[in-house]
Amino acid sequence: MSKQFQFKLVLLGESAVGKSSLVLRFVKDQFDDYRESTIGAAFLTQTVTLEDQTTVKFEIWDTAGQERYKSLAPMYYRNANCAVVVYDITQTASLEKAKTWIRELQRQADPSIVIALCGNKLDLSARRQVTEEEASKYADEEGLLWSETSAKTGEGVNAIFNAIAKKLPLTAPPSARGARAAAPGTTRQNVDLNRQPTARGGEACNC
Amino acid sequence: MDEEYDVIVLGTGLTECILSGLLSVEGKKVLHMDRNDYYGGESASLNLTQFFRKFRPNQSPPTDLGRDRDYAVDLIPKFIIASGELVKILVHTDVLRYLEFKQIAGSFVYKNGKISKVPSTEVEAARSPLMGLFEKYRAKKFFEFLQGWKEEDPATHQGLNLDKDSMRKVYQHFGLEPGTQDFIGHALALYLDDDYINKPARSTYERIVLYTTSMARWGKSPYIYPLYGLGELPQSFARLSAIYGGTYMLDKPIDEIVLNKDGSFEGVRSGEETVRAKMVIGDPSYFGAGKEAEGGKLRVVEDGKVVRAICLLKHPIPGTEESDSVQIIIPQNQVNRRNDIYIAMVSSTHKVCADNIYVAIVSTIVETSAPENEIQPGLHLLGSIYDKFVTVSPIYTPVADGKQDHIYITRSYDATSHFETVVEDVFDVFKRVMGKDLELKKRESDVEQ
Ligand SMILES: Cc1cc2nc3c(=O)[nH]c(=O)nc-3n(C[C@H](O)[C@H](O)[C@H](O)COP(=O)(O)OP(=O)(O)OC[C@H]3O[C@@H](n4cnc5c(N)ncnc54)[C@H](O)[C@@H]3O)c2cc1C
Ligand SMILES: Nc1nc2c(ncn2[C@@H]2O[C@H](COP(=O)(O)OP(=O)(O)OP(=O)(O)O)[C@@H](O)[C@H]2O)c(=O)[nH]1
Ligand SMILES: [Mg+2]
Repeated sequence: MSKQFQFKLVLLGESAVGKSSLVLRFVKDQFDDYRESTIGAAFLTQTVTLEDQTTVKFEIWDTAGQERYKSLAPMYYRNANCAVVVYDITQTASLEKAKTWIRELQRQADPSIVIALCGNKLDLSARRQVTEEEASKYADEEGLLWSETSAKTGEGVNAIFNAIAKKLPLTAPPSARGARAAAPGTTRQNVDLNRQPTARGGEACNC
Repeated sequence: MDEEYDVIVLGTGLTECILSGLLSVEGKKVLHMDRNDYYGGESASLNLTQFFRKFRPNQSPPTDLGRDRDYAVDLIPKFIIASGELVKILVHTDVLRYLEFKQIAGSFVYKNGKISKVPSTEVEAARSPLMGLFEKYRAKKFFEFLQGWKEEDPATHQGLNLDKDSMRKVYQHFGLEPGTQDFIGHALALYLDDDYINKPARSTYERIVLYTTSMARWGKSPYIYPLYGLGELPQSFARLSAIYGGTYMLDKPIDEIVLNKDGSFEGVRSGEETVRAKMVIGDPSYFGAGKEAEGGKLRVVEDGKVVRAICLLKHPIPGTEESDSVQIIIPQNQVNRRNDIYIAMVSSTHKVCADNIYVAIVSTIVETSAPENEIQPGLHLLGSIYDKFVTVSPIYTPVADGKQDHIYITRSYDATSHFETVVEDVFDVFKRVMGKDLELKKRESDVEQ
C-alpha cells in the first residue's frame, strides 16, 4: 500500500518575483503573462508521487501580498514544513530580500523546516543579474536546496517541488497544520465544522 | 500609499477583519491598517514577549513559563458557540480551511458555594445535583415544552405566547424555583443579568435553543475554540481579505482622521502621508475613545466597563474534573450582584500555552469603584494563582451610524461569553456600508468536495 503524506508549504519572496506564477505552473500547468498580484486563490494543493509510490501532498500557502508591507500574519508560517523562497534572477535586490526571508525562517520556523531557494524567470537569462555561482554558493552555506526555474516555460518547476518532497522527513505520516504535535494523553479529535450537524433533529434539547 | 481606496479599515480586531474580508470578497478595494505590529487589536492573542510588553513593560517573562512561542494568550475571553452565526460566517467564507478547532471540555455553573457541570446528556442531567428530584421533573416538563414547540401548532404552546408573555410567566407556568431560573437564564440562555425575566420569552427561548443545539453538535459543551488562540480568527479573515486584494499595513501609527470641508471622511494621515478613501471603518480606539472630544466632536461614548483578570495557573481549576478547558458561570444572584461573573479557561490542548500551564480569565461588568474586588468570587475558585494581570476596559459604542460622514465605528468587545454580538455588529456595519443585507450561504465551490 502506498503511503500519503501531507505538508504545508509556504512561498516567500519579494513582490513580483513570480511566487504565484510558480504555484500556478506547478498546480495547473498554466502561465499568465499579465497576472495581477495574487487574487482569489492563495491556498492550493498539489500531490507529488515519488519513485517508491509514496505520495506527498503539498498544501501550498501563497502570501496573498501581505508581505509587501511586512504584514504577514504568524498564522502563515505556523507549522510550515517547507518553504520556497523565490528571487528573480534579473533583479539583484530580490536575492537580498530572499536572504532576509531565509534568516527570518531560520529564526522563527521549526528547525526541521526544509527551505528551497528558487531563482525564477530563467527564460530571461539574457538579462541575468544574479549568477548561478553566487546563489548556489549561498544556498550551500546555508544548507538550502537551490535551483533555477521559469514559471513561464515550466523549466525546473516540477523538479524543485520533487526535490523538496524527497528531502521531507517521510517517517510518521504527519497531517499538516499542527495535528502532528498532539500532546500525549489527549485523545480528543479536532472538530470538523464542515461536517453536518448530527441527525438529532433541529432543536433537540440535550442538556 | 498614494493609491485611492474604497475602504480604509483601522484596527485588526475580529470585527474589523471579518468586515475587511467580506468587503474584499464583494470587490471593494480595502486598505487595512493597525497601529500595533501584531494582528488582532483588542481581540489579539499574544506570545509571552508581547504579553509582558503590554502589561509589564519593565519585566521580562519568568523563565519557568517556558518558551515564548508556545503562548497565545487571549486578551478577551470568548468561545465560539457551535451553532452560532460566527460558525456560519466561517463556513460561508471558507476561512475554516486556515483554522483548526477543538471543543471546550465542559461548562460549569456555580450554585450555593460550589460548581457543578451543566449536564450535557440526560444521564448527566438525571445525576446533576443542580436540582432536586421534583424540580428535575418540573424542569423536564419545561424542556419538553421547548423541544416540542412548533410555531404553527397551538397545541404545543400550552396557552403561552412567546412574543407577549414574559419569561417570568413561563417560569411560573412550569413552577420553576429561583435556582432553576438562574440556571436556565444564566447558564443556558447566557444572560448576564436578570433583565430578561420581564421581557417577552421569545429571545430566551431562542437562546436556549442556540445553547442546546450547540451542545448537541459536539457534546460536552456548546463551545469550540481555535487552536493557537482566538487571535487566529482575525488573522484568518485578514488572509481572506488579502487574497481578494486587500492591502495590509501593520505597525502604522494613525495620526489623524482627515475630513473634507463638509465634515465627511476624506482620508487617514500617518506621519507625513495621507491616504484617501470613500469611507473608513474602525474600532473605537481610532476615533477618540478615552480621549477628550477633539474640536467638540464626540464619536464614541462609554457604555460601561468590563474587568478582566488573566490568570496563569499551574493546575486545572479545582472541581472541574481536571478539564483542560472550561467555562464557569457564577450567576449574579449567587453572589449578590447585578451581573454574572464568567471564568473562561484554556490550556496547552488548545496550543495557547506551555504544558502544565492553564490560562483562566475571570471577567464581569464593573458595578463599583473597586472592580478587582468584584471578581473575587471567581478568583477564589481558581486555587492558587501563579500570576495575574488585571485590566479594566471601557466598552464604547459609536454615537452615529456613519451614513452622514462615512465614518463607521465598530463596538468594543462586550462581556458575553461568545462572539454572537460581534457578528451582530458585523451584520449591522455591513448593511450600513453596503446598503444591503449580508447573506450567508455556503459558496458553491466549497460544496464540491
Ligand atoms: C441541569 C438540567 C438540565 C436539564 N436539561 C434537560 C434537557 O435539556 N432536556 C430534557 O428533556 N430534560 C432536561 N432536564 C431534565 C432531566 O432530563 C430529567 O430530569 C432527566 O431526564 C431525568 O428524568 P427522570 O424522570 O428519569 O428522573 P427524575 O427527574 O430524577 O425523577 C423523576 C421521576 O420521579 C417521578 N416523579 C416526579 N415527581 C413525582 C411525584 N411528585 N410523585 C411521584 N413520582 C414523581 C417521575 O415520574 C419520574 O419518573 C434537565 C435537568 C437538569 C437538572
Ligand atoms: N518572463 C517571466 N515572467 C514571469 C515568470 N514568473 C512570473 N513572471 C511574471 O512576473 C510577474 C509577477 O508574477 P507573480 O507570480 O504575480 O509574482 P508574485 O511573486 O506572486 O507577486 P505578488 O503576489 O505581488 O507578491 C507577472 O507579470 C508574471 O507574468 C517567469 O518565469 N518568466
Ligand atoms: Mg503572488
